[in-house]
Amino acid sequence: MNKVFENAEQAIAGVKDGMTLMLGGFGLCGIPENSIAALVKLGAKNLTCISNNAGVDDFGIGLMLQQRQVKKMISSYVGENAEFEKQLLSGELEVDLIPQGSLAERCRAGGAGIPAFFTPAGYGTEVAEGKETREYNGKMYLLETALTADFAFVKAWKGDTDGNLIYKGTARNFNPMMAMAGKITIAEVEELVQPGELDPNFIHTPGVFVQRIFKGTDYEKRIEQRTVTEA
Amino acid sequence: MALDKFGIAKRIAQELQDGFYVNLGIGIPTLVANYIPEEINVTLQSENGLLGMGPFPTETKVDPDMINAGKQTITTLPGSSIFDSATSFAMIRGGHINLTVLGAMEVADNGDIANWKIPGKMVKGMGGAMDLVASAENIIVAMMHTNKAGESKLLSKCTLPITGVGCVKKVVTNLAVMDITNQGFVLLERAPGVSAEEIKNATEGKLIIEGDIPEMKI
Repeated sequence: MNKVFENAEQAIAGVKDGMTLMLGGFGLCGIPENSIAALVKLGAKNLTCISNNAGVDDFGIGLMLQQRQVKKMISSYVGENAEFEKQLLSGELEVDLIPQGSLAERCRAGGAGIPAFFTPAGYGTEVAEGKETREYNGKMYLLETALTADFAFVKAWKGDTDGNLIYKGTARNFNPMMAMAGKITIAEVEELVQPGELDPNFIHTPGVFVQRIFKGTDYEKRIEQRTVTEA
Repeated sequence: MALDKFGIAKRIAQELQDGFYVNLGIGIPTLVANYIPEEINVTLQSENGLLGMGPFPTETKVDPDMINAGKQTITTLPGSSIFDSATSFAMIRGGHINLTVLGAMEVADNGDIANWKIPGKMVKGMGGAMDLVASAENIIVAMMHTNKAGESKLLSKCTLPITGVGCVKKVVTNLAVMDITNQGFVLLERAPGVSAEEIKNATEGKLIIEGDIPEMKI
């Protein structure tokens, strides 16, 4: 079966209004830039987006917010985005804030066939409201359920035509778990190679989790906080 | 004289031990990295997926694919490792990180901490704070003793939505070092020239002062 697509526009075929999407990345690091641009062009609306952050006003998921494509964000941190704040305060946008580790594990669980798990994160806080709690070895935990998505969009450094992926640096972050949790996972890569060119010992996401792959172009890789040391 | 934020960071650095894996939060905690004693080896964890966080890069070495949890560009060190977010929080929840240092808006004398949300203000989210406070064996809070209005941040009960229950073990402020025990805050050290009386007056929660309290050695 061919997993390779020519570009983002072709790869995202089938995304429809009202779907749930996962988008990898931490801040603007390791986000699927090409897929986001194609989703903006496609104009699908009423989307639920699961992503650690919501981009900034004019980049990342912020571009989808500008087009009023997002109905609900499921994230751990959504600062740095004035458009987000505006839509949230006006009631156009819903947000479900989740502790970052719980968000990562809920995606992992979704891909791993585990419907729910107990975690200590958020016990005794408003995050725990309405959730089952249980004591293990004298400590309290709350039940968090798995997350899955109609489509997961991930960004990797290198990939092969079988969908095996290698990430670079801290651009890995949420991408591997989201790749697991998508019913259809679309990977965009900076380098697309033939099977055998990537060392199997160093694959981060095995190709079984990836249904579609394409070589991305024109990566901006915007930096949020450029911090440097004097040489 | 009360400490400034650098003094607080310096004092917290004295809590570090050789071989510690440490997660430093944003703000004053980040400054602790500048005062790690030279004779010990401490590995810094950044929860976006890096163990062995190095200094900021030089201008030519800036890599957009290498950031810390504060979204700042950073570097790796010999011996660093990189991993996904689920593995990162497995380290945190699984008790593999020896010490977490983070800021707070309020701490209660039972160890509750509030540092993620102010009602009526735009909520940005808790990020990894709830996972960190729920799990770390040892949590030190770095903060000013009072807020900008001069009100105590060390309370008998948090007024803001809490981030975690009964989790803070130690608090280092511009005025004092305190442990949190079943009895409440226990005063361990005073900032140079600050009296126990001044600290008591700035602490709304239960503060236990037993015997002569030494000054911090900064």
